[in-house]
Amino acid sequence: MKIPIVYNIRSLLGRPLSTALTALGIALVVAVFIGMLALANGFAVALKTTGSEENVLVLRKGADNEMSSGIDRASTSIIASFPHVKQGADGAPLVSPEVYVVIPMGRITDTTTYANVVLRGVSDKVWDVRANLQIIDGRRPDAAKNEVCLGTKLIGRFPRTGVGEAITIAGRPWEVVCHFTADGASFESEIWGMNEQVMPVMRGQVFQSVTFRLADAGAFDEAKRALEGDQRLQVDAQRESVFYAKQSELLGSILNILAILITSIMAVGAIFGAVNTMYAAVASRSSEIAVLLTLGFRPVSIMVSFLAESALIALIGGVIGCLIVLPVNGIVTSTTNWASFSEIAFSFRITPGLLLTGLIFALVMGVLGGFFPARRAAKMLVVQAIR
Amino acid sequence: MKFFSLLKANLFRSRKRTFLTIASVALALFLFASLRTVVTTIAAAAQFGSARRLVVTNSTGFVLPLPVAYANRLEAMEGIGTVTWANWFGGKYGDNKRFFGQFAVDPESYLAMYPEMSVPADQKEAFFRDRSGALIGKRLLDVFGWKVGQSITLQGTIFPGDWTFTISGVYTPTDAVINDDMMLFHWEYLDEKIGRPGIAGWYIFEIDRPEDAARISKAVDDQFRSSPAPTKTGTEQAFNASFATMWGNISLLMNTIGMAVVFAILLVTANAMMMSARERTREIAVLKTIGFSDRRLFTLVMAEAGLVTMIGAVLGLGGAKLLYKGTNFNAAGFLPGFDVTTSTLLIGSGIALALMLASGIAPALRAARLPVVTALRSVE
Amino acid sequence: MALVEIRDVYKSFARDAEKVEVFTGLTMDIEKGSFTALMGPSGSGKSTLLNLVAGLDKPTSGKVSVNGQVVSAMSPAQLANWRAEHVGFVFQSFNLLPVLTAYQNVELPLLLTRLSKRERDERIKLALEVVGLSDRMGHYPRQLSGGQEQRVSIARAIVADPTLVLLDEPTGQLDAKSSQEVLTLLGRLNDEFGKTILIVTHDPQAAARAKKTLHLEKGEFVEQAGAAR
Repeated sequence: MKIPIVYNIRSLLGRPLSTALTALGIALVVAVFIGMLALANGFAVALKTTGSEENVLVLRKGADNEMSSGIDRASTSIIASFPHVKQGADGAPLVSPEVYVVIPMGRITDTTTYANVVLRGVSDKVWDVRANLQIIDGRRPDAAKNEVCLGTKLIGRFPRTGVGEAITIAGRPWEVVCHFTADGASFESEIWGMNEQVMPVMRGQVFQSVTFRLADAGAFDEAKRALEGDQRLQVDAQRESVFYAKQSELLGSILNILAILITSIMAVGAIFGAVNTMYAAVASRSSEIAVLLTLGFRPVSIMVSFLAESALIALIGGVIGCLIVLPVNGIVTSTTNWASFSEIAFSFRITPGLLLTGLIFALVMGVLGGFFPARRAAKMLVVQAIR
Repeated sequence: MKFFSLLKANLFRSRKRTFLTIASVALALFLFASLRTVVTTIAAAAQFGSARRLVVTNSTGFVLPLPVAYANRLEAMEGIGTVTWANWFGGKYGDNKRFFGQFAVDPESYLAMYPEMSVPADQKEAFFRDRSGALIGKRLLDVFGWKVGQSITLQGTIFPGDWTFTISGVYTPTDAVINDDMMLFHWEYLDEKIGRPGIAGWYIFEIDRPEDAARISKAVDDQFRSSPAPTKTGTEQAFNASFATMWGNISLLMNTIGMAVVFAILLVTANAMMMSARERTREIAVLKTIGFSDRRLFTLVMAEAGLVTMIGAVLGLGGAKLLYKGTNFNAAGFLPGFDVTTSTLLIGSGIALALMLASGIAPALRAARLPVVTALRSVE
Repeated sequence: MALVEIRDVYKSFARDAEKVEVFTGLTMDIEKGSFTALMGPSGSGKSTLLNLVAGLDKPTSGKVSVNGQVVSAMSPAQLANWRAEHVGFVFQSFNLLPVLTAYQNVELPLLLTRLSKRERDERIKLALEVVGLSDRMGHYPRQLSGGQEQRVSIARAIVADPTLVLLDEPTGQLDAKSSQEVLTLLGRLNDEFGKTILIVTHDPQAAARAKKTLHLEKGEFVEQAGAAR
């Protein structure tokens, strides 16, 4: 015989304050849990959409990141001549050699503190090679002028980032002629200028990376072998997507570890809360339990009933937790990706999957917390309960 | 206090519940202390820096190096004493699982500039004499199992190729904020191998009087303003502070989570206290009959809450302090000097106090206000 | 002057929406050294009277004084102190704190005094000896029988040497044998130690032990000659 759930619901309503406090405790744990995972998720997404499977990123051999790499013009021409490189509509190879520098930009909140922002020198082919780019405001920069295009995540966080305004680079003003999006990719935290203008100011005649579109997306391994084996070059080739995924590894795993660590500790605390509540509930309802046993309900049913009650509180808490954390979705935060030494902005990204995970987590806490008290309820002898 | 046995007995009434509640408080405060220590450690690093040391970087972008030719020109300037420089090497060791900073420096002037890096005299001499020598931070001895005199090879990334060094000696920082896991080697060793381009990196120089910092900074920047490598000069502290801001919103994040944690635990503890108090309505009535005054019962219930939160606080805060100190934790080099500060302990204690009040006030008031007669009627 | 003087006391309660008048102008005395039983139907106000005498409740109007002090006019804080000194109370059940041993339970009233640990210890041991439970000092209530629990309660009620010992249905939950133990003890307290005892009870046997029995009917007490011991 199953004990009807309405008994549990009524019991919960009968001790509203205790139920509310326990549920709220669980809600907070779930909120922090989802929030932290959303942060890690947002970061991972920012770097995952960065980089296409169909593109190959070439760096100097041994370089870990774009900043420490250097590829000269001659090598770039050689790479562009490879058959693996896809030809564009105009017959020219889809190759984008790029410069990668980090420059200081005073923050809008306090210009004496500055952030290190990526300035990427690009060729006009970049708009075709790198995927998911879209200019949402303005026009492409002119290679003959000091013009830049800004990723949308920079807007509002640094001064004078509107189209038509000018930011200062290397002591000179550069006009902002467009804003671009990249489907959430890390490019959205970057300043893009044309190589012809950026190189003289920064690194001279050397590019940091060369990115090209594969003529045959499945032929990556072959392309890699060809490039790395070529005696004229000293390069490493990776899929663009793989490269950026690796860049996020350190910070991503830190965020994940933090999320797990912090929420585990909180969860233990919340479970303790649930255990306390349920023990008290069992103790105060011992006469009810006695009645149920006398009526003929089996101890197992009683145990299941109390477990269900604990799970119910936890579920309520889980739902509240999800509601608490939802407003955080989309908030942009920034930190330094130490792998590339640049500031990266990314937003909290809550997905339905994450919310579901939060709810399941809540349920688990409820069941764990309710287990021992429920067992005690089941083991209660009528004699004890009556007393 | 003679009422202590009564308090103790009440807490042992339900050992499980008391243990769980204390554990919750301890966990929450441990977490709080840990999170806040991240914030304080970053802040400490941001404030570190001698007022008499100024740092010169390339104003276009600090990752761009300055030429070594600037050294003479800086030394010739009025008000500037010792001049040294350093360059970021960025090499990899082994499987590269453990990151550590490597710097190409001008050995004599660099060690003179940073007395906080303490090196035994003989090792210092060995380092100066050996062009391929390296000074490593004390922690690296444990991390990699290196020994003085050993030869190590790094893979260069910015400067490609294999780079071999001999460990000449070990430095020990006298200030916890300085990383104890860095490596220093000769800039000339680097410069020679890459064809003598004459790059220094960034400069650090000493001035006589801190009040001159702004004036001298401007003078330096003016000097190099129209060069291909224009400069940006500021105090060492400003330089360090700018790194701290690179952590971005981490501080905000830690503080927010910290608050959520504390709040969550407040609920748990308050709940436990209230449950405990509710069960004792009858006993409280009996005590009042015996002659325990309302005020005395109020105090007893509060004291009970206080005992639980206090023990939890000692375990949580004390545990955090001992753990990080004992394991010499520094987040793999990212957070040097990670130590729970006194202010964190004080704030943590304050939270425990607030916890005591918040969780004890309702049951204490209830006990004080309990109308004996009504309660007694429910007794019979 | 009687030990307890009740003068023209009115007491009413609000039970749900109704007003229940328990006493309308009750006047009575309780003499020092007396052993009085109060009997009457349920809800007749026996316990209420006990509460008024103990200062646990206040009359709607009228005066209650004990040993010359007007209890009905004291503040709650004063009453607490007063009770600690002058009253020993025994209930039908749940007297003892389950988390304390018999010894510690008996100690409770003494914690409110300024006696030193040693002085407290003397009195506790004495009280437990009087009730015949010296060998059970370290036991917890759950390790004692019902009768033993009540005897510990009585020990607690007399340990501070109060002016009055008040008992509300003390044998209500006890079997015959335990009831006898408790009642014999009460008799001794009155005969040998001269304690003034007021006991509310249903139990005719308990009433028989008392020297005087009062029946409460419709708010008025009617004296009944105490049965010979």
